[in-house]
Amino acid sequence: MTTTIQETVADSATMVRRNVLHLRRYPSMTLMLVMAPILFLLLFVYVLGDTLGAGLGTAGTGRSAYLDYVTPGIALIAVTSAAQGTAISVAMDMTEGIVARFRTMAIARSALLTGHVIGSMIQAMICLGAVLGVAVLIGFRPDAGGLGWLGAVGILALLAFALTWLSVALGLVSPNVETASNWPMLLMLLPFTSSAFVPTDSLPGGLRTFAEAQPFTPVIETVRSLLAGDGAGGDALAAVAWCLVIAAVSFVWSMRLFRREPRST
Amino acid sequence: MTIDSAPAIVARGLRKSYGEQVVLDDLDLAVPGGTVFALLGPNGAGKTTAVRILSTLIDVDAGSAAVAGHDLVTEPHWVRGAIGVTGQFSAVDGLLTGRENLLLMADLQRVGRRPGRLRADELLEQFELTEAAGKPASSYSGGMRRRLDLAMTLVGEPRVIFLDEPTTGLDPRARRAMWAVIRDLVADGVTIFLTTQYLEEADELADRIAVLDHGRLVAEGTADELKRLVPGGHVLLHLPHGEALAAASAALGNGVPDSEHLTLLVNGTGDLTALRELLGTLDAAGVPVDNLSLHTPDLDDVFLAITGDRPTEGASR
Repeated sequence: MTTTIQETVADSATMVRRNVLHLRRYPSMTLMLVMAPILFLLLFVYVLGDTLGAGLGTAGTGRSAYLDYVTPGIALIAVTSAAQGTAISVAMDMTEGIVARFRTMAIARSALLTGHVIGSMIQAMICLGAVLGVAVLIGFRPDAGGLGWLGAVGILALLAFALTWLSVALGLVSPNVETASNWPMLLMLLPFTSSAFVPTDSLPGGLRTFAEAQPFTPVIETVRSLLAGDGAGGDALAAVAWCLVIAAVSFVWSMRLFRREPRST
Repeated sequence: MTIDSAPAIVARGLRKSYGEQVVLDDLDLAVPGGTVFALLGPNGAGKTTAVRILSTLIDVDAGSAAVAGHDLVTEPHWVRGAIGVTGQFSAVDGLLTGRENLLLMADLQRVGRRPGRLRADELLEQFELTEAAGKPASSYSGGMRRRLDLAMTLVGEPRVIFLDEPTTGLDPRARRAMWAVIRDLVADGVTIFLTTQYLEEADELADRIAVLDHGRLVAEGTADELKRLVPGGHVLLHLPHGEALAAASAALGNGVPDSEHLTLLVNGTGDLTALRELLGTLDAAGVPVDNLSLHTPDLDDVFLAITGDRPTEGASR
């Protein structure tokens, strides 16, 4: 390739501006993505929270104990929800002629995907911020100091990065926008079979084994531990490793899909 | 019109197939700089594939080509720096406004902030999009989208422009406007490679025309050269009934009878001597003729003569 690093950075910055412009022009998309986790939060805390919280067997009253327990899980759902937006916007781009135009221009090939990834990261962080804001508003008062918060947000950002690349790949592999929007629904279901809503000990045999083995559980446990002010805890290594593996595999997969010849139309 | 000595596009033996289906079969092309070259052919002839290959969008199976002096395979980045492409399918960002689309192109072409804005405004005005500049492109009509699409291609002032069926689906007024734009570009020394299924369009715009049929180049030349392939055009005889048609066909010994429309198409010169001779022969054989019409050859005839088939419905519009 004859694009210099400077040109690659400039093209990527342009593409990021394009994606940010999309976000600003269509806030309804972000709003839709942020509504699902906020509704989950309110539903689980106010409808189910008292009973579920009593079952946790920890200190504090049922509802506020459950709010403390469930918030890290909902924060993770906010991140997966944003990933859905990524898959949709990548698939939309691929089905339009604009990508063919970009491919015939003397610009860095990777810039388009970089734009999507960074744009989506911004969107994911907005979703995360909104969910945590609502949680605090309804009484979430974790013991974590500044470092704990930073660590928790950091690990969620790392997960967002991994899931964004995964969604880019899913968006590229989908023949149309509808299929692209269905894929991440599976991601939205995974938290239900993790420690997001109830501790894994309370799950029956096979489900429990699955819940403990899947990537979301160590991420949630790490966030939970960090926010509780107990440090990163024993799951941190697994959480970071999962995120890095998902990001790396998805990145390679995305690049291979993107280099493929465009579909003949 | 300025014609550079160096060819803007050269292709040798381009081949492309998808599975069993051969889409391009040994295509050779040479387009001099500053000229309009039209690739003419029916749907599925391989026109779009040729554009996609020459604009670096897809790879060739065999053969080589250079655009603006750069090899497609070894220097695709340099090719991309010199070309502009407006495909058949609208390549605009529907979520952005018309102006934002142009500014996006300006940024990607590294035009610079201020010159980029000036260029965008200039193009918006040239393509009559100033009023709609602040509206999202998804709300544009088909003609407006096509104009924005071409304007986006022109932001970087490319030296070689590929236009894949630039007027398909446009109304006659929009089509004429598009022709005017293309003529202006050529006047500035730009090389245009366009595909079309409209013979009239190729005739109007192109310095050279290549006729593509089933992935093969079946004829190439200027519009006049191609018309000479069917010397003198034809005479179309309208006959009263089938018997007369058979009799006329037998008496003249040539011609293409059409028993459904009761016509006989006789190739040959339209000059008076030949015509008098033709009528004399028919008179002598006692064949009644209702009517006759003279046709000077157009590219439609050329296509018929070369491929034995009319290009498409509506192609003679």
